[in-house]
Amino acid sequence: MKRVITTTVINQSGVLNRVTGLLMKRQFNIESITVGHTEKAGISKMTFVVHVEDQRKLEQLLKQLQKQIDVLKVNDITDKAIVTRELALIKVLSPPGVRSEINSIIEPFRATVIDMSKNVITVQVTGDPGKIEAFIDLLKPYGIKELTRTGATAFVRETQKAPAQQLSIL
Amino acid sequence: MSVNVNVTQEEEQNVAGEHPKPVLQGSDVFIQSLQNEGVEMLFGYPGGAVLPIYDALYKNPIPHILARHEQGAIHAAEGYARVSGKTGVVIATSGPGATNLVTGIADAMMDSLPLVVFTGQVASAVIGTDAFQEADIVGITQPITKHNYQVKRVEDLPRIIHEAFHIASTGRPGPVLVDIPKDISNEVFTSAEIKATELNLPGYQPTTSPNFLQIQKVAQALQRAHKPLILAGAGILHSKASESFVKFVENTGVPVTNTLLGLGSIPGDHPQFLGMAGMHGTFTANMAICEADLLINIGARFDDRLTGNLEHFAPNATVVHIDIDPAEIGKNVHTDIPIVADAKEAIDSLLRLEMNKLAIEPWTTHLTKSKAEYPLVYSNESKKMLPQEVIELVHKHTKGNAIVTTDVGQHQMWAAQFYRFNHPDHWVTSGGLGTMGFGFPAAIGAQIAKPDQTVVSITGDGGFQMTLQELSLLQESQIPVKVIILNNQCLGMVRQWQETFYDKRYSESLMPSQPDFVKLAEAYNIEGYKVENYHDADELFKKVFSSNKPALIDCRVEQMENVYPMVAPGKGLHEMIGVKG
Ligand SMILES: Cc1ncc(C[n+]2csc(CCOP(=O)(O)OP(=O)(O)O)c2C)c(N)n1
Repeated sequence: MKRVITTTVINQSGVLNRVTGLLMKRQFNIESITVGHTEKAGISKMTFVVHVEDQRKLEQLLKQLQKQIDVLKVNDITDKAIVTRELALIKVLSPPGVRSEINSIIEPFRATVIDMSKNVITVQVTGDPGKIEAFIDLLKPYGIKELTRTGATAFVRETQKAPAQQLSIL
Repeated sequence: MSVNVNVTQEEEQNVAGEHPKPVLQGSDVFIQSLQNEGVEMLFGYPGGAVLPIYDALYKNPIPHILARHEQGAIHAAEGYARVSGKTGVVIATSGPGATNLVTGIADAMMDSLPLVVFTGQVASAVIGTDAFQEADIVGITQPITKHNYQVKRVEDLPRIIHEAFHIASTGRPGPVLVDIPKDISNEVFTSAEIKATELNLPGYQPTTSPNFLQIQKVAQALQRAHKPLILAGAGILHSKASESFVKFVENTGVPVTNTLLGLGSIPGDHPQFLGMAGMHGTFTANMAICEADLLINIGARFDDRLTGNLEHFAPNATVVHIDIDPAEIGKNVHTDIPIVADAKEAIDSLLRLEMNKLAIEPWTTHLTKSKAEYPLVYSNESKKMLPQEVIELVHKHTKGNAIVTTDVGQHQMWAAQFYRFNHPDHWVTSGGLGTMGFGFPAAIGAQIAKPDQTVVSITGDGGFQMTLQELSLLQESQIPVKVIILNNQCLGMVRQWQETFYDKRYSESLMPSQPDFVKLAEAYNIEGYKVENYHDADELFKKVFSSNKPALIDCRVEQMENVYPMVAPGKGLHEMIGVKG
């Protein structure tokens, strides 16, 4: 199952290595990872999307992360009401003949063209990873020259529906 | 010419720091910080990047054991930590000095031993340039340390050292590495305060007190149980809980089994003790796990050598798991009543609960009968001395009171089976990592921690040859360790597996060519003996164990003897082979 996990860490040198090294040692598969500063100086937040086999593996992952000295907080926010955002930059072939057709795809996704040359445009799109996936699929037939994605970052919404499930001993 | 070049290369960075002698350098602060932590013994080996530290040590000494290999130093520190409960402290130089420590660090991580390991590092300015003797030891040891640091500013040194000792020795103990670039050691220390009292560890708050509701659940489960069993691990020893533990065991009447590392938490001849469980555990202990309806694990991590095939592990039991490390709970075995706590605090709160006498007599009678019916046995059909006999002789001549260290292999299992420990913290063995070469240097560390006790290093002819250079220390530092080599002229455990699982194809496991161990002992200026039969061994041990000098005894034992009983890898605990004779 795919899980979205956030960790708050002390921004010590090597902390990213420590966390990803742990995931590697314990054989977890990272789909994406984002890191950045938070509102507090010296504190960073990482957001991972990982694949885990089952509940027990997930519990292991959370506990092993929590065990790291530089990790302050670990949350599995998958089942909460969350906002998830990712940004992608896509270079797509767009000779004049198809340009307006491409524009008609870009528009509903609220993507923006941020660079243009004779036959290629660069598009920026943000949204949850599913939306980005869909957008890429639609552009594929025109010929994607280059693609880069930031990976997902996420927040828990201020208002939650029901209390999320708690781990028995955490 | 070339000699000169070498010297300058090693000394280069030192020369830079040789202008007017500063009042206090990083290296002085280092030594003072160790003194503030109450460090009484260092295990180390010098080299370029730690020369400033060794120079400060020269001026302001802390007792130091100069091992003959960094691996020897760190295993000695592990032995010291295991029997004393204090943190073992190791110093090595950068590059090869640091990488030579890796095995010991991994070993200490697996067996939760408190170590603080200091490595020198090349000067900050050249880190990352593949400088002479540079190795990224922080990167290398990141997955095998509880935590590690590289010191970036001399002002941080006192705090980092204070934190390192705190992290190593609290919660689940483990190794912490502190990498100190040479320029930091040389740098002038200007802060007023050397003594760090503050910890800046917001992400580290181990839980030590048990949740009372969970403790009550254990009591309730005990009252309901017909076939309860306690699995006692090394957590009991680390938290110094043996006394409380034995009281709890006796109050409740519940039978007990041990993990390999938990041996000694209850006396070996205690009537409620069923012997060790697991791959080479006793039949009764393993069957008790299979039959139990309540299994209380205190301070053990359900390692695969203990559980065998998890599908068949404790199939009928409600599982209670008390561990200071939350990540161990539920990792391998499903747990019904999890308790995150220090073993001693948990046992003490269990002791405080009022409990009715348990109605488990049919169960305990059954187990006592099974114990009598299936003891650990060996039969001597060959004319040769058996390794088990040697262990029993060691037991006889030390009255079960010695500190015993082992290496890894058959002799380790025989020592675990046949040396019945009277006391906690008398058993030092490499469990989790299974490190050959561990046992002999660990005995040296144990003897340093307990100078008045008899320390026996029971070792194999293979593993002993991995770290025997430390023989130098016995004479040099007056360390009266008794080295008992169970010499089967082969890598016994490997040979046994090849016999059993590879149709006797003894690929690279026989070692017919060996040094003359007696002459070797003499070369190191200690007494060396060779014995080949039971009677001679009995006589010799009487003499050796009443002397306070070191000795090495080459015990020639039957080569083809196997460790039994055994649970083959991948099998469940109910499928033991070689149960009788
Ligand atoms: C460093 C290391 N290398 C290899 C092994 C694999 N191994 C486990 S037991 C063993 C044989 C040990 O032989 P010996 O020291 O003679 O002891 P014996 O089993 O004969 O008692 C070996 C090679 C190990 N545990 N550690």
